[in-house]
Amino acid sequence: MVVIGELAVQIAQMLVVLLLAPLLIGFVRKVKARLLRRRGPPLLQPYRDLVRLARKEAVIANSASWLFRFVPYLVFAATWVSASLVPTFATGLLYSWSADLIAIIALLGSARFFLALAGMDVGTSFGGIGSSREAMFATLAEPALIMIVFTLALVAGSTQLSTIAAFMTSPAAGLRVSLGMALIALVIVALAENARIPVDNPATHLELTMVHEAMVLEYSGRHLALLELASWLKLLLYVSLIACLFAPWGIAHEGKNFGAQAVGVLTYVSKLAGAGLSLALFETTIAKMRVFRVPEFVGVALMLAFLAVLLLFVSVSL
Amino acid sequence: MKGIAFDLAHLLAGALVLVSFMLLYQNRLYSLLNVFALQAVVLTLSVAWQAYIQRAPHLYITAAIALAFKAIVIPIALHRIIARLGIHREVENVVGLGPTMIAAMALVALSMVVMLRVNAGADPLAREDLAFALSVVMLGLLMMVTRSNAVSQVVGFMSLENGLILAAAGAKGMPLVVEISVAFSVLVAFIVIGVFLFRIRERFDTVDIEALDRFQGARQ
Repeated sequence: MVVIGELAVQIAQMLVVLLLAPLLIGFVRKVKARLLRRRGPPLLQPYRDLVRLARKEAVIANSASWLFRFVPYLVFAATWVSASLVPTFATGLLYSWSADLIAIIALLGSARFFLALAGMDVGTSFGGIGSSREAMFATLAEPALIMIVFTLALVAGSTQLSTIAAFMTSPAAGLRVSLGMALIALVIVALAENARIPVDNPATHLELTMVHEAMVLEYSGRHLALLELASWLKLLLYVSLIACLFAPWGIAHEGKNFGAQAVGVLTYVSKLAGAGLSLALFETTIAKMRVFRVPEFVGVALMLAFLAVLLLFVSVSL
Repeated sequence: MKGIAFDLAHLLAGALVLVSFMLLYQNRLYSLLNVFALQAVVLTLSVAWQAYIQRAPHLYITAAIALAFKAIVIPIALHRIIARLGIHREVENVVGLGPTMIAAMALVALSMVVMLRVNAGADPLAREDLAFALSVVMLGLLMMVTRSNAVSQVVGFMSLENGLILAAAGAKGMPLVVEISVAFSVLVAFIVIGVFLFRIRERFDTVDIEALDRFQGARQ
């Protein structure tokens, strides 16, 4: 009976992330447009885009190999699985015990690896530029993410997301410098990984500045739909990760009844709205960086995460 | 109470180290000064919190001095100097940012290791404060070494002094006389440096101290 309940929560979670991801991106676009005094597309536009893309014919370049056709499915699957591992409205997910934070990072890393390969597969120069830039940012962002995980693991004594979330709600968490630094670092990494504004502009097709868009430039039809959905899922994943690690209030803990889970869903949606609002505000107030300044920006995240681990050793060694 | 007192002191001292890193990251003079003022504000908060938890009212005076001089007077004066020298648009990059940051991390690690070994028996709060203070001092020194612009060297020197004040506030019972005399000597140093800045500028048409390296002596 318990297993069935957990399975139901897990399946609900997988559907929730899949359904909410386009809504989140639509919300961010809407708020950004309103801030610029434009009317903006309707909230449901991303869903319509997906349907439109899925109906269209997929055009594949003559020089593309089999890899090019497989990558969208791989990337989407890896991102979806990792998004369903992060507790959004309830902890104690069925799958969460089979994979911890490090596994999530590994899944995202392999998705990135295949996407970079696909960018270079066709042999156009844009794809190559996009892949090389993505790899350049990733060399700094991934170690930073690993360091953030170390910080959290040292504080909470586990790399399991459910355990960390439970620890963060308990009074033992306290007020720590390391956690603050880890939070800032995680936000920077999230901005860089999701190709948001100081790093990459998700709305542009200006070739000099594209990173993520350059890699997926050759895709069309259902492949593009999957890749777009995967990138939206990734944004949702990072938002839920930050919410689950640093603001886990309202999450329904294991073995709670249906009411607690309903509260969990409500708080989760409001957290998403808050994150989308602040993301849109941040993106409207800041300009995009030159590509070669980005390593400095992401390097700050790496440095902060290192510093957080270092400071933690100070506190632990007492 | 013990928990939150310790956590907040730890947080503020850690924030001071963080602001020192931000200082190293700035390469424009005005933003450098703004971050320096921010550091002084964080220092004020940290010292005031120490005053509160140690029940040492004279530390409030230290905090007030830090706020008045470091956060208001000196940044404004430096702003004016920069405006008068006309160097507010200069961007400096002496040693690359990456190596500087790695060196800074190494210095912080070094000061943690040294301080935690040396004062193993002391009160945990004082221990951490001293470790953080040494890091701030080291980062100030690093800033003076890596920058070639005389104004940023002054800022490095001042942030080094912030580290000293943090150490003094953490260790119980530094007399107020010492505190005030340190504050005033820094102010005097600032005035002397300010005069020197204009002299250097007059002589070499720049405040880049690398010009001093090339200088072979006055030819009459």
